[in-house]
Amino acid sequence: MSVSATDNWPKVEAQSKSCLPERLVKLIESHRGDENPQGALIEVLHAVQGHFGFLGKEELDAVAQLMQVPAAKVTGVATFYHFFRLRPRGKYIINVCMGTACYVKGASAVAQRVQQELGIEFGETSPDGIFSLVSSRCIGTCGLAPVVMIGEEVFPKVQPDQIPAMLAKYKKLAAEPPPGD
Amino acid sequence: MAGDVAAKYNQLAQQAKETLAKRSEDEKIRIQVGWATCESAAGADDVAEAFRKHILESGRSDVVLRRVGCTGRCSREPIVSVMLPGKMPVKYEQVTGELAGEIFHSHVLGGSAVASGILDSDAYKPLKYELYLCGGPKCQHRLPWDAKQAFKDSVSAAGLEHEIALSDASCFGLCGRAAAEDVVFVLVRPSNVVYRVTRPEDVEEIVQKHLKGGRPVEQLVSKDEPISRRFFDLYGDVAFFHQQSRIALRNSGIIDPRSIEEYIYYRGFAALAKVLGEAKPASVIEQISQSNLRGRGGAGYPTGTKWRMAASQQADRKYIICNADEGDPGAFMDRSMLEGDPFSVLEGMAIGAYAISNGGESAISGYFYIRAEYPMAIKRVTAAIGLARKWGLLGKNILDSGFDFDVDIRLGAGAFVCGEETSLIHSIQGERGQPHIRPPYPTTKGLWGKPTVINNVETLANVPAVIDFGPKWFSQIGTERSGGTKVFALAGKVRHTGLVEVPMGTTLREIVFDIGGGPPGGVALKAVQTGGPAGGVIPASQIDTIVDFDTLTAAGSIMGSGGMIVMDQTDCMVDIARYYMSFSQDESCGKCTPCREGTMRMLEILTRICNGEGKSDDLDKLERLGKLIKKASLCGLGRAAPNPVLSTLKHFRHEYEAHVNEKRCPVGKCPMKAVTRAEPVPSAVQFVAESGGRA
Repeated sequence: MSVSATDNWPKVEAQSKSCLPERLVKLIESHRGDENPQGALIEVLHAVQGHFGFLGKEELDAVAQLMQVPAAKVTGVATFYHFFRLRPRGKYIINVCMGTACYVKGASAVAQRVQQELGIEFGETSPDGIFSLVSSRCIGTCGLAPVVMIGEEVFPKVQPDQIPAMLAKYKKLAAEPPPGD
Repeated sequence: MAGDVAAKYNQLAQQAKETLAKRSEDEKIRIQVGWATCESAAGADDVAEAFRKHILESGRSDVVLRRVGCTGRCSREPIVSVMLPGKMPVKYEQVTGELAGEIFHSHVLGGSAVASGILDSDAYKPLKYELYLCGGPKCQHRLPWDAKQAFKDSVSAAGLEHEIALSDASCFGLCGRAAAEDVVFVLVRPSNVVYRVTRPEDVEEIVQKHLKGGRPVEQLVSKDEPISRRFFDLYGDVAFFHQQSRIALRNSGIIDPRSIEEYIYYRGFAALAKVLGEAKPASVIEQISQSNLRGRGGAGYPTGTKWRMAASQQADRKYIICNADEGDPGAFMDRSMLEGDPFSVLEGMAIGAYAISNGGESAISGYFYIRAEYPMAIKRVTAAIGLARKWGLLGKNILDSGFDFDVDIRLGAGAFVCGEETSLIHSIQGERGQPHIRPPYPTTKGLWGKPTVINNVETLANVPAVIDFGPKWFSQIGTERSGGTKVFALAGKVRHTGLVEVPMGTTLREIVFDIGGGPPGGVALKAVQTGGPAGGVIPASQIDTIVDFDTLTAAGSIMGSGGMIVMDQTDCMVDIARYYMSFSQDESCGKCTPCREGTMRMLEILTRICNGEGKSDDLDKLERLGKLIKKASLCGLGRAAPNPVLSTLKHFRHEYEAHVNEKRCPVGKCPMKAVTRAEPVPSAVQFVAESGGRA
């Protein structure tokens, strides 16, 4: 990839690099020699979201500049895919699976109860910043339906009445100081 | 050159064998714990940890803990197998840390199984031998006499009936490889001997010499081994399993998915060595065509034809892509395969790459396109690629053949439409995953404008088996136009949920009732949904439909990638149709109008109907709109999106009519808000009057 030399490129480059940790800048630069460097865009966005938890506007601009892809295209890709988030999330993501198997086994009642307990809708974050509520199309563990994921933990065969205890566990975890401190 | 490849492969095989021999696991007590996303969700990691501690505490060096991929018995996970040398493996279901301790002390150390925890324990009996007779509904080589009865009589006459069990198994796929004569193959566990029985005298001899005397009858032992022998050896005693024929899943739940040695030990990469050493690319394509292998992603396009089209293109570079963007809700076959046996998919890809290379004229690169939602599958495939490179099975000059091929991983980012091949290509190119019009087909002009073959995970997992065991063998398992087996992810209202691999041509009844155990709690079956949001429902009255690409399409559904959701009388078909439509509407990429606007309008109508606000002409409107979307949409997503609605309208029109005319949901699932809000319901009363009081 050729980096187009504009008058203020050193400034733009420095500014863009300052938005991203060095590891991500290196990742982007490692693709400059690729036959088709733009192909790395989704991989880079995954890495940026992995680091920040979401894709902020400044970071997206930095990616666009450093990869020399129009900002409109970067935004287009970031908004097209469900996996990418443009806003910060709570500490734990609650993912209620709404796949067919979960749906026929009562996922909607589970979803309702979670909303009720947290007082938020899907796509929102709880006021205390602990939980973000999302639903998923299918997390592929249909044999254990209905399934809810909190963080990395998968809860199988969830009944609505189990929700308060599940939430309490993570509220407690969030209140504890991180191990080792 | 040919000799070099074979020699190189034999060297690797020897190396693998020696590594495994050093572990000498066969002589040890093995505890096998499942290891896949769903197993972990069910608590398998804690169980494995518990066993590790017990082994450590006991100080026994002859007990080993193994982790294997998932066998697909989801509802009973975590599953643990205990194998004592020379004894039949015993499997436990829903194992907890506590049960793990009990199993360890009583079974592993003490030798007596913990009866209460055994998988399908109601059917468990401690037996000396178990016999499996091959068969299956489409068997063309059935003996003119009843072999099972002959065994039964002979076993009783010998007074062994309490120590021996006889079971019907599915097709072993052995007759396609031997001379086609009437024959039954009999697998004896735990001896792991397969007999070839043609005469009643053979039965008597096996019972007397082997079952009574304990010595296998050498002259009757089959020279060929069924591909699924290891699977039967481990899991054959459970009805859920022994009615399956495992080809694509041949190693899932058997090998450690992180060990290339184990894969090679079980004939892994033998097919690749065979094609690189002996076969011209054209002959590889010919073999795949003869096998009748069709694309398992859903559309059922003949794999050989696809490869031939790409091979016929002149290009400096071509691509082969493994489509692992398994987005259908209710489908998890591909995930299990990638987590349980990533090497076979990789091997299938390498064989495909060689087939389209025109003998080295075109450089070939491969891509795995995997959903980002499958972190464990990504990890396993990444590790498998690394190991294959290290062993010289990927990269430059594979097995000294002069053929180069390497694979990269690309992650999806949560867009259902990316399973569509042109969308997938855009996604790999770092763009929005929106489809474009075909032709040109990807085989002509695909990724970065180069000829590209895109195959589904399951298709590629079948390829090494086709090459290794021969196309004739593969085509005979299956129907006339669809060779081999199909893996289904059985879920919903069925007792045994999980992965089921059966020959094409098996009936839905056999899958749902014989293997799946039917709906739980004695509720009657209502319908079976196949093909996810692109498919349709098959009503209980058509439960004897056979599964194959053409018959399911004729029945108004599709094979799809293999999701199979069982629905019982408590499920509302209108609600299900609305559910799928909301999925398709949400996933519509927005590029073409019929799909973007049409699915929205259909969803509005369906939501209205479920809320008790349906209008008299809504059903006709749904039908008209559905047909239009099917005809006019740009890609497969739009063209298939109306299927769930059209098929439920066809088979369950009365349920729609109850919603619209009587403002009543027959199973009481739909909210019918309009009805509960205003009482009495003037619109409903008025409507019933208008429609002539039709109830």
